[in-house]
Amino acid sequence: MLQNIWLIPLFPFVSSVLLILTAGQLPRRLIAIMGAGSVGLSALVVLAVGMQFMESQTPYTLTLWVWMQIGNFAPGFSFYVDQLTVVMMSVITGVGFLIHLYSTEFMDDDSDYSRYFAYMNMFVAAMLILVLADNLLLLYLGWEGVGVCSYLLVGFWYKDPVNGAASRKAFVITRVGDTAMALGLFLLFTELGTLQIQPMLDAANSRWVTGDTIPAIAALLLLGGAVGKSAQLPLHTWLPDAMAGPTPVSALIHAATMVTAGVYLIARTHGLFLLAPDVLMLVALVGLFTLLLAAFTALNQTDIKRILAYSTISQIGYMFLALGVGAWSAGIFHLMTHAFFKALLFLGAGAVVHCLHHEQNIFKMGGLRTKLPVVFWSFLIGSAALAALPFTSGFFSKDQILLSAFELHGSTGISTWVGPWLWAGGLVGAIVTAIYSFRLVFIVFYGEAKTEPDRQPGWRMAGPLSLLCVLSLIGGYFVLPLESVFPAAAEHHVSHLIEGISISIPLIGVFIAWLVYYKRSLPVEGFTESGFGKALRNFWYSGWAMDKLYDTLLVNPYTGTANAMRGEWLDKIYHGVVSLCQGLHALLSKSQGGKMRWYATSMVFGLIVLVTLVGWAS
Amino acid sequence: MEGLIIPLNHVLILASLLFATGLAGLMFRRNVIFILMSLEVMLNSAGLAFVAAGTAWAQADGQVMFMLILAVAAAEVSVGLGLVLQVHKRFKTLDMDQAHKLNG
Amino acid sequence: MELILFYIAATVALFSTVFALTRSNAAHALIYLIVSLLAVAVIFFLLGAPFAAALEVIVYAGAIMVLFVFVIMMLNLGEEGQELERQQMHPAVWITPAILSAILLVEMVLLLAKFDTPQTGALITAKQVGLSLYGPYVLAVEIASMLLLAGLVGAYHVGRRFRSTEIDEDSVAGSSPENTGVID
Repeated sequence: MLQNIWLIPLFPFVSSVLLILTAGQLPRRLIAIMGAGSVGLSALVVLAVGMQFMESQTPYTLTLWVWMQIGNFAPGFSFYVDQLTVVMMSVITGVGFLIHLYSTEFMDDDSDYSRYFAYMNMFVAAMLILVLADNLLLLYLGWEGVGVCSYLLVGFWYKDPVNGAASRKAFVITRVGDTAMALGLFLLFTELGTLQIQPMLDAANSRWVTGDTIPAIAALLLLGGAVGKSAQLPLHTWLPDAMAGPTPVSALIHAATMVTAGVYLIARTHGLFLLAPDVLMLVALVGLFTLLLAAFTALNQTDIKRILAYSTISQIGYMFLALGVGAWSAGIFHLMTHAFFKALLFLGAGAVVHCLHHEQNIFKMGGLRTKLPVVFWSFLIGSAALAALPFTSGFFSKDQILLSAFELHGSTGISTWVGPWLWAGGLVGAIVTAIYSFRLVFIVFYGEAKTEPDRQPGWRMAGPLSLLCVLSLIGGYFVLPLESVFPAAAEHHVSHLIEGISISIPLIGVFIAWLVYYKRSLPVEGFTESGFGKALRNFWYSGWAMDKLYDTLLVNPYTGTANAMRGEWLDKIYHGVVSLCQGLHALLSKSQGGKMRWYATSMVFGLIVLVTLVGWAS
Repeated sequence: MEGLIIPLNHVLILASLLFATGLAGLMFRRNVIFILMSLEVMLNSAGLAFVAAGTAWAQADGQVMFMLILAVAAAEVSVGLGLVLQVHKRFKTLDMDQAHKLNG
Repeated sequence: MELILFYIAATVALFSTVFALTRSNAAHALIYLIVSLLAVAVIFFLLGAPFAAALEVIVYAGAIMVLFVFVIMMLNLGEEGQELERQQMHPAVWITPAILSAILLVEMVLLLAKFDTPQTGALITAKQVGLSLYGPYVLAVEIASMLLLAGLVGAYHVGRRFRSTEIDEDSVAGSSPENTGVID
């Protein structure tokens, strides 16, 4: 079965091409079957491949063809399967299939049904190529592919210019990261001569020692790419705006798959990062600051999807934190559980929006607990997993990360004194996560109903929601077989105090949220409505003013310069030459006024000049 | 007779004076009749110079040239005055500054 | 003796030319011009060129100036014409031509002063001129006669009157055959 792994990206790719070529002429049922079915078929193949792989446990490479040959550089279109690949593929196709099934009902009202599934399938195909890639060039192909599909899907309702602006913003900001990554690829190829991942890591280890500058630079550049794609500080401003796309798009791309590509990249090339401990410290710090910034911002948002977007940014910060402290498996584990519960939350939010005729402001919702019970339970379980309440999947993964951060023992080479600080920051993030996720639950599902739902979700929406609920609960008990991929992590020996604190912090957060938003017994209005409180709220609401910062630093000078250039001032130089000629012409035209006396006078002038010349000469 | 009674230079200076006067008249008079008259004055001064030179060189060529100048002047005046008549009919004025349509 | 007469005639010629070009009445100007031409004829006599003097009087003063007089009488400018002329002759108009002519005059005089003049001089009789004309310069005579023919034809054509009194300013001056009328 392993030799058929090429089928995995092929099914969605073929489906996408067919949907593009038929351009919406196919009947809706067929489009739905093709769109969701292709991903489902890929999921089945992944299942078969996974089962076969679990027996052999050896990495497998399949070369389809040689992509190009330029001198010594001959990358192949080849796929590499190891445990990490299997985990990623399972997440992508499994969660992807559920989201596609959900979309068949969600997008039923839309006229661009075929285009939607074409883009979604193309996205899944590109993402699968990304995780299956054997060399960094093919990975970059998948990387760019998901970027393009993200652009197409975020700007799906392109007739509204706001959506176009959001998709452009996403594309441009990730482009900044992509350029850094490309530079990193160039550097790696120049230094090591190959881009195939495993040979490259071996060459890097034989050539460089820990602490050298060149691997640090290469790792830094790859980190730039990861930061862009995974929406971390400072390239995170595109993700909240990318909520302009349909909600299943947000679920697939901006929760489960594309934004995890950066985490995957760092995990895949961990050998290179281990040679650069300073960069790993940077990874951990980026993760820490991002998770704090995003958590506080999510606390102040009013749009249901934006809360979840900032929550995604925050959770990926946890994954980066895990990678930075060397807890590679924990990071990937959190990636998987996050895919489950974040997809669940997004699909639930989509159901809310779908059934409330596209209302997205949470303060206009309420009391949906009784009106939309399936959605309520999905949201409750998803938020519990997000807040890492005990025995949910999120609990297990986040707990692993925080404990690894606390007892940092230098396996990655970063200084150990940072450990407790990272742990404390993670805890602060955890409590704020709990507060904002249950704030969302209490505001939307409890209280009095301000907007009435006009329909109930059908089986195609409720089914995936239920399945994801189950996964969010039991996903914590999956044991990922990643020991052979990553260097072994040491056993945890932490005191029970630390364990107790880690467990109870989310519960405290839920309690606070319950007090403020359900019982309304905590008088926070005194603080939130005060001058300082309002300023703080606005600051956090605007994402710590990062959008404004980028506007002032980058966007406004650029558009200002572009507008100045519109005057075509360089052309004015040529126009100046033309004007000069025309001016001279006008001037000379005046000398031919038609008046005979003037002609006679000018002749006399000439005569005087001639006579003078003759007189001088003789 | 031997020698010049009237120095040639003086005659030529007189011719130059007459020529300059005619030129000035051409430049500042607007009336077409006066312009033609200035032209006659200039032609006449040129003829005076020729005749004086012919006498000084004791040749008949000077007067021959003078006669040719006279022929030219006659032809030019007759055509010119015909034109004056047309100008007067068309523009109702003899002011040459009014005839400035052929300009650039 | 001749020298004094020359200077007197020269003065008369000069002054009458200046007056001729500065009058506002065209007829007066013409009379002054005739006086100037007659003075120049006197100078010709003094120079020993009687043929030229006779030609000057007969052709120049007697025919060409008479043509001018005819035209002026035909045009019948009258008092308004005189008034217009007077208005157009303020200093701003004639100062520049005067300066330019003065400059040219000074240059010519300076140039003339450089050259040596021959000291021989003789009376050229009409017979000598005639022999010269029909001798070496017979071609010039023929060409002059053709020039006069051209002038004749041209003057006839240009001076014609046309039947239509309304002439459109932008149309060609009556070149089509239908437009031509008999001479009034």
